[in-house]
Amino acid sequence: MRRTFFDWDYFWDSLPEIASAFKLNVKIFCISEVFILAFALLLAVLRSLRGPVFFPVRALAIAYADFFRGVPTILVIAVLGFGAPALQLRGVPTSVTFWGIVALVLVYTAYVSEVYRAGIESVHPSQEAAARSLALTHGQTLRFVILPQAVRRVIPPLLNDFIGLQKDTALVGFLGAVEAFNQSQIDASATFNYTPFLAAALLFVAITIPLARFTDWLVARDRRRQLAAAR
Amino acid sequence: MSELLRIEGLRKSFGTNEVLRGIDLALDEHEVVCLIGASGSGKSTLLRCVNLLEPIDAGRIVVAGDEITARGVDVNGIRRNVGIVFQAFNLFPHMSVLRNVTLAPQKALGVPRATAEREAAELLARFGLGDKLGEYPDRLSGGQQQRAAIVRALAMRPRLMLLDEVTSALDPELVGEVLAVIRELAEGGMTMLIATHEMSFARDIANRICFLDAGVILEEGPPEQILTEPREPRTQQFLQRVIEAGRLAV
Repeated sequence: MRRTFFDWDYFWDSLPEIASAFKLNVKIFCISEVFILAFALLLAVLRSLRGPVFFPVRALAIAYADFFRGVPTILVIAVLGFGAPALQLRGVPTSVTFWGIVALVLVYTAYVSEVYRAGIESVHPSQEAAARSLALTHGQTLRFVILPQAVRRVIPPLLNDFIGLQKDTALVGFLGAVEAFNQSQIDASATFNYTPFLAAALLFVAITIPLARFTDWLVARDRRRQLAAAR
Repeated sequence: MSELLRIEGLRKSFGTNEVLRGIDLALDEHEVVCLIGASGSGKSTLLRCVNLLEPIDAGRIVVAGDEITARGVDVNGIRRNVGIVFQAFNLFPHMSVLRNVTLAPQKALGVPRATAEREAAELLARFGLGDKLGEYPDRLSGGQQQRAAIVRALAMRPRLMLLDEVTSALDPELVGEVLAVIRELAEGGMTMLIATHEMSFARDIANRICFLDAGVILEEGPPEQILTEPREPRTQQFLQRVIEAGRLAV
């Protein structure tokens, strides 16, 4: 077992290639995250609209969040990654990395919108009353009063979702994109030694552990601030 | 004197609980009217209705000649004329005191930033907050927060101010500084509708006191009459309890 999983020679041989493939994971992560943060905020705001006029918008937003939180991520990746290029439509990209990113954005937008929504709902209604009483419109109230407070409160859970996303970038390897996991699989099957998987795992952990500690630090800091404010 | 506020047959329910059961009330310009009554008698709800923070079920409210409860009315246009100050201050905790005050004039009235900041700084200085412009609300005492909230409402240059038990959340030694601000506003001719438990203050400042009980104005009149010779047994009962609690000197 020690030879199969913890062989230092194989480890050092495979590490440079896997590390280079890992850059793709980081790239997928960074690109997805930008879109997820923007789309999820939009979705959460749509869901917060009140009044019967907005019922269809709210219903669609809820249906979206329910659907994409319910379906396994790998299934969405498979459907888009294998399905979309197979349509051979003009102008539709065939890159599996592209479709992997689209799938991750679709799924994680659903999760992250729920986090934003929790933040929006945690802002006391008296804040909205105060803003509206000053003749600010609903949009201005959201933009200047509600969202700044909401986003600040949900940064720790948002980072938690970032960690999940960083791990899930490995699922894009399933489509054939040569990211860290796929590269380690290639290495492992060439040598029948599984140490390359360990190398990939360490690379993921090297990113997610600092993220996790950063999250802890933010949570602790918020706690200290609340205690200070309560005096 | 011209009439600034008229409320007719105002009714408001929350679910099956009818909080306001037909309120009629009118305020002339420069008049100060205090609403007194037990908790739950509808004082706060009445104020929130006048600022359209609560939709009403029946009746009408007219501010400066415009029926604000009519359909399709410009809600934000109405609110520019009516300022409200809340019991719990409701300052925006993520903004400095200065930004709390300038936000609405800039965004709702379109006042340029420099002008808004200059006017806000003047107002804050007038109410003893000249050295707190850059502070965040949680660094201020309750009295300072409430004064900042009053300035925030004043910065919109309202014609009518609604004060909803603005001293109830304050430590006793901080009540005076807030009441002094309200006195100054009254002397400056501000029209105000004030829900309060501070009976001595009401006696000093009000042109008229209305006693609310179970969603109706049971009795109204000059402060001396209401506080010393109330006609209604319910008013007498209420004032007796207030005196026993030491909130009104006899």
